[in-house]
Amino acid sequence: MLKRWLKYTTVATALALTPLPSFAQSAPAQGGDIVITYKDDIATLDPAIGYDWVNWSMIKSLYSRLMDYTPGTPDLVPSLAESFDVSSDGLTYTFKLRKGVKFSNGRDVVASDVKYSIERAVDPKTQGPGAGFFGAIAGFEDVSGGKATTLSGIETPDDGTVIFKLSRPDATFLHVLAINFASVVPREAVEAAGGDFGKKPVGSGTFVLKEWTIGQRLVFERNKNYFVKDMPHVDSFTVEVGQEPLVALLRLQKGEVDIAGDGVPPAKFLEIKNSPDGANIIVDGEQLHTGYVTLNTKVAPFDDVKVRQALNMAINKERITRILNGRATAANQPLPPLMPGYDKGFTGYAYDVAKAKALLAEAGYADGFETVLYSTNTDPQPRIAQAIQQDLAAVGVKAEVRALAQSNVIAAGGTEGEAPMIWSGGMAWIADFPDASNFYGPILGCAGAVPGGWNWSWYCNKELDARAIAADAMSDPKIAAERTAAWGSIFTDIMKDAPWIPVINERRVVAKSLRMGGEGNIYVDPTRVINYDAIFVKP
Amino acid sequence: MVFLILRRLGQTALILLGVAAITFLLLYALPADPARMIAGRSATAQTVANIRTQLGLDQPLLTQFWTYLQGIVQGNLGRSYAQKTDVGALIAARLPATLVLMAAGICVEVVLGVIFGVIAALKRGGMVDRVVMMASFVGVSAPQFVVALLLLYVFAVTLGWFPMSGFGSAAHVVLPAATLGILGAGWYARMVRSAMIDVLNQDYVRTARAKGLSSARIVFRHALPNALLPIIAMIGIDIGQFMGGVVVVEAVYGWPGIGQLAWQAIQQVDIPIIMGVTLVSALAIVLGNLLADVIAPLIDPRIRGR
Amino acid sequence: MRVLSSMLRQPSALFGLLIVVIVVGLAIAAPLVAPYSPDEQMFDGLTLEGAPLAPNSQFLLGTDTLGRDLFSRLLYGARTSLVIGLVANGVAVTIGLLVGILSGYLRGLVGNLLMRFTDLMMAFPALLLAIVLAALLRPSLWIVAMVIALVNWVQVARIVYTETRGLVERDFIVAERSLGAGHLRILFKHILPHLMPTAIVWGTLGIATTVLLEATLSFLGIGVQPPQPSWGNIIFESQSYFQAAPWLVFFPGAVILLTALSFNLVGDALRDILDPTQRGRG
Repeated sequence: MLKRWLKYTTVATALALTPLPSFAQSAPAQGGDIVITYKDDIATLDPAIGYDWVNWSMIKSLYSRLMDYTPGTPDLVPSLAESFDVSSDGLTYTFKLRKGVKFSNGRDVVASDVKYSIERAVDPKTQGPGAGFFGAIAGFEDVSGGKATTLSGIETPDDGTVIFKLSRPDATFLHVLAINFASVVPREAVEAAGGDFGKKPVGSGTFVLKEWTIGQRLVFERNKNYFVKDMPHVDSFTVEVGQEPLVALLRLQKGEVDIAGDGVPPAKFLEIKNSPDGANIIVDGEQLHTGYVTLNTKVAPFDDVKVRQALNMAINKERITRILNGRATAANQPLPPLMPGYDKGFTGYAYDVAKAKALLAEAGYADGFETVLYSTNTDPQPRIAQAIQQDLAAVGVKAEVRALAQSNVIAAGGTEGEAPMIWSGGMAWIADFPDASNFYGPILGCAGAVPGGWNWSWYCNKELDARAIAADAMSDPKIAAERTAAWGSIFTDIMKDAPWIPVINERRVVAKSLRMGGEGNIYVDPTRVINYDAIFVKP
Repeated sequence: MVFLILRRLGQTALILLGVAAITFLLLYALPADPARMIAGRSATAQTVANIRTQLGLDQPLLTQFWTYLQGIVQGNLGRSYAQKTDVGALIAARLPATLVLMAAGICVEVVLGVIFGVIAALKRGGMVDRVVMMASFVGVSAPQFVVALLLLYVFAVTLGWFPMSGFGSAAHVVLPAATLGILGAGWYARMVRSAMIDVLNQDYVRTARAKGLSSARIVFRHALPNALLPIIAMIGIDIGQFMGGVVVVEAVYGWPGIGQLAWQAIQQVDIPIIMGVTLVSALAIVLGNLLADVIAPLIDPRIRGR
Repeated sequence: MRVLSSMLRQPSALFGLLIVVIVVGLAIAAPLVAPYSPDEQMFDGLTLEGAPLAPNSQFLLGTDTLGRDLFSRLLYGARTSLVIGLVANGVAVTIGLLVGILSGYLRGLVGNLLMRFTDLMMAFPALLLAIVLAALLRPSLWIVAMVIALVNWVQVARIVYTETRGLVERDFIVAERSLGAGHLRILFKHILPHLMPTAIVWGTLGIATTVLLEATLSFLGIGVQPPQPSWGNIIFESQSYFQAAPWLVFFPGAVILLTALSFNLVGDALRDILDPTQRGRG
């Protein structure tokens, strides 16, 4: 017997009435053409490939997916799907598609497009970074291993129905269908582009790509046929690339630019914040981010839990938030406060130099020791690493700072026995989707503690891994709260072993021109950074 | 002469082959794994292995290099790892902007350098000479990004005479070219002054002067043509310098050239783009030197006929 | 002594020499002069909002973005920058001079091979070379100096080669050779003295270039590693603050400029004194 999932969520009922409940009061205006700047050129707009935070939000708007989020929140809602059912064993998901949705090439979106798009994302020939997210779909191993080209676990009985059969229950599966890699693309356009689909995107999202001059600008225009009325709000947005963040801000203050996409560099933050228009220009929003120091449990002396706990007490996190001009808050656990499962009552290890020294002495390091702290070399990361270095020196630990290019730090972290400590800033970790499990597997679970992996502490606790698997099997929405609690306790229990020093939760700071309207959480949307669908120009 | 040029072209091809080989070897030795970088942080070991096979990264070094060379001979620079598109097309889209910037920058520095160098040499030891030389010292001692930011702040932000960034009109090129040129002009002024003084002190010039030739005639007929030799050698070198220097200038002014492309690729370990940009830069540098060596004999009669 | 006394007669050279002596002296005496440790991040070195402090009576040149005393960092940075400037540039000019003369004078197979190798190195975008070396080698002061030398010698070699070729064709050398003078005699008595001005011009101007290249390398992650200060990484750490905290760019920028300028003035004076074609002509 299938049961209606929709009945159990209040958000979904609200969605049936209005697609944008959070904006009912601010009544966004329609129309307007805006300019957004970025420093780096857009790498690709292919949803199976794009995986950086700049193209992430553009791909969100170019394509549509079965599931999506209410703008500015981590709340799931059906999007391309009209409704869906989940079987009681959590292994079968049945989606009914919205009728009359068209790709920008004029063709109707049908069930086989959904199947094709996900198979394409998993197909090793695509070389997509997101294949692993679909691991729960039956037949995944055959496709990713090159033995088959179609996923046996996706069925399309008719043009309006898609059925997913899972090989194991996956409580995050609806989130998986909302990430970019699940975006629906038309096969004929992919094939016609001959490998250049990322430069010639065709989708069914809120916007259509009109122009792309490499190295200069991209022009996105409103999709007039988009299936939700009055969405998006702006007529077009032009992305100008190659713009240094400082120059972008100067242009923004002159009114030539509407959103400085790369945010506000620390150097300009206080000046703009304290200027008369500061409060209206700066959007300062929470994101699903934690900055931490990994303590490599396979390298002495960090194989001693007392040493790891001692260092957790040695870092003056308040001072680091001050160096960041207050654009971050001190962290005491792996999960960021915005993430379901975050434990508000947890206090972690308080800053206490004397206690840290005592614990180090207990572990046999009364005179401290020498070690190496890796960091990326872009501001402000080397500065934070130096602040940590000074705190460590206060308890007798002499850490040599090695500030390297990001790819080198990632390579060092993924090599066994190489990097004793890594400051994660600028690399990790921002969640792919708002679910606690995304903060475990790759960065704290045994699966990530492999060569080339992202578990740079090389921490592997079999008992916690078993609890994580059990929590992810709790896919019945009725016990969602129970599942969240189970995850929360996993993360607070991890802190007993202290493989990390959770340091800060950084907020994202974006600058927008005075004419731009809307709440801060659509400029720093937890699931897509800038939400191009929801921003609008004030009338 | 034709034979000389043909021979040099052959050498050029060899140099490019050498550059390609060394670059390939160095990139091969990098600890960062491109397959990992493409696969991203959520990839499984299977995905990474698949990507490595797809890109041919599991092949021996020589096989990979041979495959790459075969592509180049067919005019194919390969496909970008990160952008999944032809490297040739990416470079072709950005090269014109860089060439425009370089040409404008060289014009600025040569014109300024020659004017001030000649003036300083003629007024050697005087107040004018001191001021010009001091200015050239200051020019060559100034950090490039500081000059770039300063010009930007004064002429674009405060005065609003020029656009802050972008590409398209003649006004856009002024500040970036000035940034490149002002720094280089100091070198040229010094070089021209040195060469001019050397020539002015040669016996034949002193004789000419003793015969009563006018200053202008001495400068244009005798001194300047001799000063041209080092200038041309300098331009050849500058093409190489600018290929590196444009990275900073392009970044500050948002100039859509290959400098920004290269910088982005380096951070992403996008080896095909790094290789492509290196080879294109190398080609430009080699052609610059070739130009210097071919033109020099035409100007200095003493080297002609070798 | 003769060189020194002629230099002292020129006001600009005297000025340059004075600055060079002061800078070198301060660098050596840094531990005695510096009011604070260069690496100490002081609690009262930042405002409550975390902004660096402008120059004041406690911090003469202000503080940097971590609350460290800028004056102390500049003093210690002088040590790093001068060592890199002198060592890297010295090595580069020596290699360049050697390769340039040999390839320009010898011609033949050896000369040709040397010049082709120079062309090959010349055709390399310097930045890429530096980045790859960064990944392979553990960054340190001496590695940085060697990387800079490796990148910089090529230009010197090229210039010296061009000048040597010009010199070899000059009448007095042709005459000398026809009189049966040995290669060594020609090289040391006639060619090398003519090249000294070039070597000196590059040797002095190159110090400025070297300091700036060191800064660029710091930025790419293969420079001097933090917290050890060098003038280059002081500027690079603070470059985006040129509006918010201009002293962080202005003071190190001015110090680099002044030092480079002084080396240039001294080098220029040396050139006038040493150049045999100009001797005694003022």
